[in-house]
Amino acid sequence: MMKFIKFLLVGIFFGIVLVKSEAVSWYRIYEMFRFQSFHMYGIIGTAIACGVLFLQISKKGLIKSFSGAHIFVPKKDNGTVRYIIGGSIFGLGWALIGACPGPMYILLGTGVYTMLIVIAAAIVGTFIYGILKDKLPH
Amino acid sequence: MYKFLIMEHILNPWPWYVSGPLIALVMALLLYFGKTFGMSSNLRTLCAIGGAGKFSDFFKFNWKSQLWNLTVVLGAIIGGYIATQYLSNDSKTDLNPKTIAELQTMGFEDAGNTLVPNEIFSLEAINSPKALLILIIGGLLVGFGTRYAGGCTSGHAITGLSSLQKPSLIAVIGFFIGGLIMANLILPLIF
Repeated sequence: MMKFIKFLLVGIFFGIVLVKSEAVSWYRIYEMFRFQSFHMYGIIGTAIACGVLFLQISKKGLIKSFSGAHIFVPKKDNGTVRYIIGGSIFGLGWALIGACPGPMYILLGTGVYTMLIVIAAAIVGTFIYGILKDKLPH
Repeated sequence: MYKFLIMEHILNPWPWYVSGPLIALVMALLLYFGKTFGMSSNLRTLCAIGGAGKFSDFFKFNWKSQLWNLTVVLGAIIGGYIATQYLSNDSKTDLNPKTIAELQTMGFEDAGNTLVPNEIFSLEAINSPKALLILIIGGLLVGFGTRYAGGCTSGHAITGLSSLQKPSLIAVIGFFIGGLIMANLILPLIF
């Protein structure tokens, strides 16, 4: 049980940050893809910059995980097709509903109950991928 | 006085240079706890819990090992509630006036007053087949695309790019190809 409390707290923090940053706003996503504001680029850019810094420091062994192990990021499989096509399909959906998989849940918490339809459809979409996986180019 | 000022800063929308580093902190905390930051994996876990393993081996895995990530999801829902109920004032999203004007001509009445347009997401709107279809198609595209690409914004754009992985860079380029097509070419057609 205690094991899960830390994940619950990280989730709560994540939800608060994404609402307060307006990253869950449909309008902010639209604005980003129309290149009409720096806001989202600023968020993603500084997140990556801090992330790079954190991982470079961890790589030198200066930060260890809570169990004393090395901080480890799993390597993504090599490939191009799946990333460019899958990524584009995801992008189409992201700009249409203005929410990626994190914000979907967060928006539900803010009171956008119709997100349940989006989440259900996203689960079906993932299921369809699982069925077609072996027939798709990767 | 100081207390008041701090509260004011928390209740107002947070600037990008505060928000971005805090998102990196979420990633760092999960890595510190021996996990990774990836929200879309939960969709696969939910499929597995629902019995999708009967239809595809892709869903045959020990989903109990992913309960930690579903706990993050539960927290994120609670976080969304706390942020809107207790940590917000009535300030609007500070959108580019051009964006607001543009959206108005497309029929979006009060851009920036809410987090999502009522024209698509309100309970009244989904009585129209158009809004309902947008929610369903959007969800399908996100669910399918994210798994095909092996990650979403958290897994590829934040974690993947922070760890300087080429596949994630390709995926993020894909995110933008799709997003630019939707926002610039398709949305003007349907609104």
